[in-house]
Amino acid sequence: MIPYFIKKCITLLLLLLLVSITVFSVLFVLPGDPAQIMLGINATPESLANLRSELGLDQSFWAQYFQWLAQLVTSQGSRSLNYDMPVNTLIVSRLAVTGPIALLAMVFAVIISLPMGIYAACRQNRPADVSVMFFTQFGLAVPEFWLGILLILFFSVKLGWFAAGGFPGWTVDVWGSFKAILLPAFALGVIRASILTRLTRSSMLEVLREDYIRTARAKGLMERTVIYTHALRNALIPVLTIMGLQLGQLLAGAIIIENVYYLPGLGRLVFNAIGQRDLPVVRDVVLFMAAAVVVVNFIIDLAYAYIDPRVKLK
Amino acid sequence: MKRFFSNLNFTVGFTMSLVVVLAAVLSLVWTPFDADKMNAKNRLQGPSWTHPLGTDQYGRDTLSRVMTGAVSSIIVGLVTVAIGLSLGVLLGLASAYFGKFVDEVIMRISDLLFGFPAVLTAILITSILGPSMINAMLAIGIFYIPVFARLTRAVAMTLWEREFITAARAGGVGEWTITWRHVLPNILSPLLIQGTVQFAVAILAEASLSYLGLGTQPPTASWGRMLNEAQTFMSRAPWMAIFPGLAIAWAVLGFNLLGDGLRDTLDPKMVRMR
Repeated sequence: MIPYFIKKCITLLLLLLLVSITVFSVLFVLPGDPAQIMLGINATPESLANLRSELGLDQSFWAQYFQWLAQLVTSQGSRSLNYDMPVNTLIVSRLAVTGPIALLAMVFAVIISLPMGIYAACRQNRPADVSVMFFTQFGLAVPEFWLGILLILFFSVKLGWFAAGGFPGWTVDVWGSFKAILLPAFALGVIRASILTRLTRSSMLEVLREDYIRTARAKGLMERTVIYTHALRNALIPVLTIMGLQLGQLLAGAIIIENVYYLPGLGRLVFNAIGQRDLPVVRDVVLFMAAAVVVVNFIIDLAYAYIDPRVKLK
Repeated sequence: MKRFFSNLNFTVGFTMSLVVVLAAVLSLVWTPFDADKMNAKNRLQGPSWTHPLGTDQYGRDTLSRVMTGAVSSIIVGLVTVAIGLSLGVLLGLASAYFGKFVDEVIMRISDLLFGFPAVLTAILITSILGPSMINAMLAIGIFYIPVFARLTRAVAMTLWEREFITAARAGGVGEWTITWRHVLPNILSPLLIQGTVQFAVAILAEASLSYLGLGTQPPTASWGRMLNEAQTFMSRAPWMAIFPGLAIAWAVLGFNLLGDGLRDTLDPKMVRMR
């Protein structure tokens, strides 16, 4: 376990470094001069030049990159041009919205998909299976923002159970905040559930054909034990991979649903920052999102080794 | 043909996609009303005989706009798949043929593209280049290149090992002719299947970008944009938020099923990935 862990950690660090270089170089070519944006269009050339050298914008690509990296590592962080606050503080406060949404969405996705996938696999090609597969086709076709809008239409406009958008803040109103993220998380969860259901089903079907399942049945184990103890544990490995990918994507990809519900999450932060050319915010948030994907995958990799000891040997 | 239509997925998918294509083609010559013409007297009218899907905040006929919106979606689907196919197939073939260093570089770059949050990158690209339909197509199409490159590479690699290729080589056929005459025709069906699926994905992606205001620009009708506008009037005119979304779901479902049907009939061995 220990050598495997160390090897994985080194890969993680290298990947993070590669991601940081990519993020930095992509945004390096972004048109728009931060100094110009800070000072406005009436700024004199001298004051622009002064601010540029103050921000280090006149230095070379690598000098700027290492300066940025040093700032990140020493946790000084950069400052937002628009909010005039450290980007770290912004990220933490916005993560308090996006994080719970992503987790809750995954909870919904798992609650829906695992039972449905197992159920469908145990009744392959029978009406129950066909209807589950039909439902998942819908989940794949419906855009998540439209599902979000429909949920608002039904639960907020018609029934009046939820606010149509906005976020009161965890410190102000815990229950209200929870209600505010419930619908968006459900919309995100249902869409992910259709992919996970199909995957759980096909993975279960594959495992159920294995010899050891036949052995388990032949020695007289109850069908329930065969399915839940013998088959599910092995079938879960590919499902877990996709779940990890989805969780990472949810942290980065809640942009659209946050716009539907006017939620002050990471996605809205970066979306608005791109529009305002707030380069430090865009750069750090994009790096954070990409790093989140990498780190979640790393955790999933470790989880594999725990669930399936064979993985380490490969 | 009969082989295809005995497959339920294919028949349903084909019919649904055909409706979308017909609506788009019809809208080029005829729509019930002028899709872009504003009429303040008719604002926010509910579904009726004259306006079966109601009207929007400018009094424009929703049915006409849903029909013209299909044109935008189909163009985006076609162009993005074309971008992905042309460059992806080329890179995939190069990867499979040259192997070693070339393969390594192409595959690692595609890994990197896959690892990046797609929505975020598409938003970045469209806002750097400026919001427009063309830039939205570029942003979506870039992500299709590695998809087709990997598929082409995987299929081509096994093909090049096959005996009929060795036989052609032994017969003195040039490498280009082998690629063109023997390799490409054999990877057409997986490409067609994947292309149909990516077409559906593109419709979804364009709708998302347009919803954020980064795709097709007004006054050109686009389903995503219509949903964005609908949100403001949701309590007064709920139909505005329902029909464009239905159109997206219909089109995506149709092309997805078509892809599934093609896979069932053309390639029964192919493992269902999703």
